[in-house]
Amino acid sequence: MENATTTLYFHLVPLVVFLPLAGLVINLLIGKKLGEVVSGTIASLASGAAFVVACLLMLSLRSNPEAVVVPFAEWIRVGGLAVDWAFRVDTLSVTMMLVVSGVGTLIHIYAIGYMHEDVRLNEDPGRFTRFFIYLNLFIAMMMILVSAESYLMTFVGWEGVGLCSYLLIGFWFEKGKEGTGNAIAAKKAFITNRVGDFGFLVAMFMIFLQFGTLSFSELAHVSAPVGALGTVVVAGIGLFLLLAVTGKSAQLPLFVWLPDAMAGPTPVSALIHAATMVTAGVYLVARSAPLFELSPVGPQAVAWVGTLTALFAATIAVGQYDIKKVLAYSTISQLGFMVAAVGMGAYVAGMFHLVTHAFFKALLFLSAGSVIQGVEHGHHHDPHADHYAEFDPQDMRNMGGLAGKMKVTTAVYIIGALALAGVAPLAGFFSKDEIVAFAFGKNPVMFTMLLLAAFFTAFYMARQVWMVFFGKARTTAAQGARENPLVMTIPLMVLAVLSLVGGALNLPHVETLGKWLEHTMEGLHPAEFNWLVAGISLAVAFTGIAAGWFFYGRRSWQPGQSDPMKKLLGPLFTAFERKWWVDEIYNALLLQPYKDLSAILAEPVDQKLIDGCANGLGRMTGWFSRGIGVLQNGLVRSYALVILAGVAAILGYLILR
Amino acid sequence: MPVITLQLVIFITVAALAIASALGMLFSRNTVYSALLLVFNFTTVAFLYFMMGAPFIGLAQITVYAGAIMVLFLFVIMLLGTEQIARIEQLSAQSVAAVLLGLVIITEAVVVFLLRNPTSLVVTSGGDVVSVNEIGGLLYSQYLLPFEITSFILLVAVVGAIILTKQEKPAGKAVEGEVKK
Amino acid sequence: MNTIPMSYYLVLSAVMFTLGAIGVIIRRNPLVMFMSLELMFNAANLTFVAFSNAFGNANGQIFVFFVMVVAAAEVAVGLALIVAIFRTRHSIDIDLMNTLKN
Repeated sequence: MENATTTLYFHLVPLVVFLPLAGLVINLLIGKKLGEVVSGTIASLASGAAFVVACLLMLSLRSNPEAVVVPFAEWIRVGGLAVDWAFRVDTLSVTMMLVVSGVGTLIHIYAIGYMHEDVRLNEDPGRFTRFFIYLNLFIAMMMILVSAESYLMTFVGWEGVGLCSYLLIGFWFEKGKEGTGNAIAAKKAFITNRVGDFGFLVAMFMIFLQFGTLSFSELAHVSAPVGALGTVVVAGIGLFLLLAVTGKSAQLPLFVWLPDAMAGPTPVSALIHAATMVTAGVYLVARSAPLFELSPVGPQAVAWVGTLTALFAATIAVGQYDIKKVLAYSTISQLGFMVAAVGMGAYVAGMFHLVTHAFFKALLFLSAGSVIQGVEHGHHHDPHADHYAEFDPQDMRNMGGLAGKMKVTTAVYIIGALALAGVAPLAGFFSKDEIVAFAFGKNPVMFTMLLLAAFFTAFYMARQVWMVFFGKARTTAAQGARENPLVMTIPLMVLAVLSLVGGALNLPHVETLGKWLEHTMEGLHPAEFNWLVAGISLAVAFTGIAAGWFFYGRRSWQPGQSDPMKKLLGPLFTAFERKWWVDEIYNALLLQPYKDLSAILAEPVDQKLIDGCANGLGRMTGWFSRGIGVLQNGLVRSYALVILAGVAAILGYLILR
Repeated sequence: MPVITLQLVIFITVAALAIASALGMLFSRNTVYSALLLVFNFTTVAFLYFMMGAPFIGLAQITVYAGAIMVLFLFVIMLLGTEQIARIEQLSAQSVAAVLLGLVIITEAVVVFLLRNPTSLVVTSGGDVVSVNEIGGLLYSQYLLPFEITSFILLVAVVGAIILTKQEKPAGKAVEGEVKK
Repeated sequence: MNTIPMSYYLVLSAVMFTLGAIGVIIRRNPLVMFMSLELMFNAANLTFVAFSNAFGNANGQIFVFFVMVVAAAEVAVGLALIVAIFRTRHSIDIDLMNTLKN
């Protein structure tokens, strides 16, 4: 540590991984004996301690902003490949660490209250500890992902969070549609991510092939290779990294897993599928900025994928009725914004939106969880309800008028919704505006599409807020809803405050975050604040909200009513509602042929040909054995005869030789 | 072809008797006859031992084999009353094969020992006699360890035979009986 | 001349040995099978003594002595086995003792 005057804490960086792991181990070994509160507290403390370490790292970086690599252990040394287990502390990774552990800790605390109810509603209280074990494992893996010094180590975290995502989506694996719905959703997420991981792997191979290293520090200063092959390789790296990003960050065309991932408990949706894991793709692009700069192909593709996803997912969100599905498509859309930003080279804007989005989307999801449990509570305490009939506490058509019953939740939800819609001066406004402003200068088509997406964002959030919280209660369950305990609402309030003031991180012309990240990423394009663009995007946000009010707020939604937009848009709305038939298209184009191929391989090829060969061999062995089995007749005398024959034969051979 | 001497005549006679008694043992239906014919076979071989100047082995052959062992055989035969076994032969073809194979082996032996490469070695009759002294000396010097091991083998055989033939009583009763004793 | 060619003894021994082997194979009575084994031992002993004589060396006779001891031990155990088997199965037909087949 060259700077002796200030205390530097860089050597503490392994703790961001090992503290959550310690919490995991404690809960794994004795969690069940500790009771819910203690085990939840341990998990939260583990995550909180990681947050403290991240804060210490941030303080160290303030006085000593250059990136520090903390070696931890030798890992792989094969030929020219040398990958060590080393942690990279720089402004980018610490930003991610702060978000992950900070938001993660709040969600841990919230989950103590939420899961208490959830495990009882699902009739298996023993699963409470397991949930926190998974959560801590997730935090540890996410920390590996963001603190890695090399692509390979990032990949370990990348896979690790994928695993946690799988485990948590399938947390109630025996529930869901037909008893397998949640398991299928988990499987879908995992397999879709495999496609992205394939991209990651190929990108890694190409990076190693081209540059001979996987270390971020060494890759930061590579220059573009000359020659046609080099150009292709560099472009390929960008495109395969993009494939990885589309998988993890749920972009087109691999976004289909994220809406289904809502099968997981709501804190999971908030932590993994909104605030942290899905932003790993954005982080990856930011981290790979030196490589993306080498070729224009990769960044352009990234930007277009992001923009298209932002608009596409926003339209779908308009047609959804499930409170969490709306948020899921909104997440995809917002991730599209971030990916578009980093693709255009606006790394600061992308990271800024990542951070603020983590705040308000976590807030929205947690509030949605609060709403769901409130409604579920109402359903369970309704003496007239048919408790055996299917009741969906997530369907917004079953809600309405919750504002009076769940005051805190309503307030924070509206804050989150406004932040997401991009209303100044909330967090979302600044970050989204920065992206849109960047697009304004770069590409008018993208700019228009992003604005359109922003309009839809404001519209579907307004629709949701009015459907859920205002009007008249449409079911007895909604009438009986009640506010949740403080352990759940306090994290909501903290997140609400963050959503309110999060924009201060990177105010125009102050640019705290921009200067902070500048130490890591060289040649950042300065963010430009444009009053015209700000005005346009604000106007778009308000238009969206007004439209939402016009359709959903003016007249209260009646029970059994169909969506008022349906009359207006007709088949287009059906398309929104049915998610543009993407699942069906994938099913027809990819899954069905694959299943048919599998059927061919299974029935005629495997069962007849291969099994036939195998069984035939078995049967032949059986015949042969039965043939020579006759020899073992248990009669000593026969054995003796054979020995005698052997003697005669050997003697005969010796004589006749 | 050696000259026909008295020795040779005696040898051939005794050898013929030995083979005849062996054949008789083989094909006798009555086990007691088999045992007695085997005793006779042992005696003829013992006679050959005497001829070859091995009186100790010859006497041991008669006392141990013809005496002790064959008496044991007869004892068991009579104890079990199994002089004869039902004449149901499952493996008659096997018997034919065995006889044929035996003939083949004998032919082979004759071919090797007599025709192909007859050894020049000769067995002297009435020559030097290996005394008991000499055998005893060897046993207690050069072959001491094997000799001791044979004693152990005999011990094991005795113990094994006792254990194998011990009447098995029902476990519970045996314990009770022993307690009462 | 008081000599007899070695070959004669060897042929005699081979014939006796083979007869013993045939006996083992064709007889179903384990007692007779044992006797046949003794016959085979005997045939081997004969060659030992013959060679001992031919080479003027007593070692061969020592081996015969050992063979006799082992044969005695073998007969003791073997007969005990037969008695034990007869007790449990009330027969000593060797062809009925094929429970280990297949």
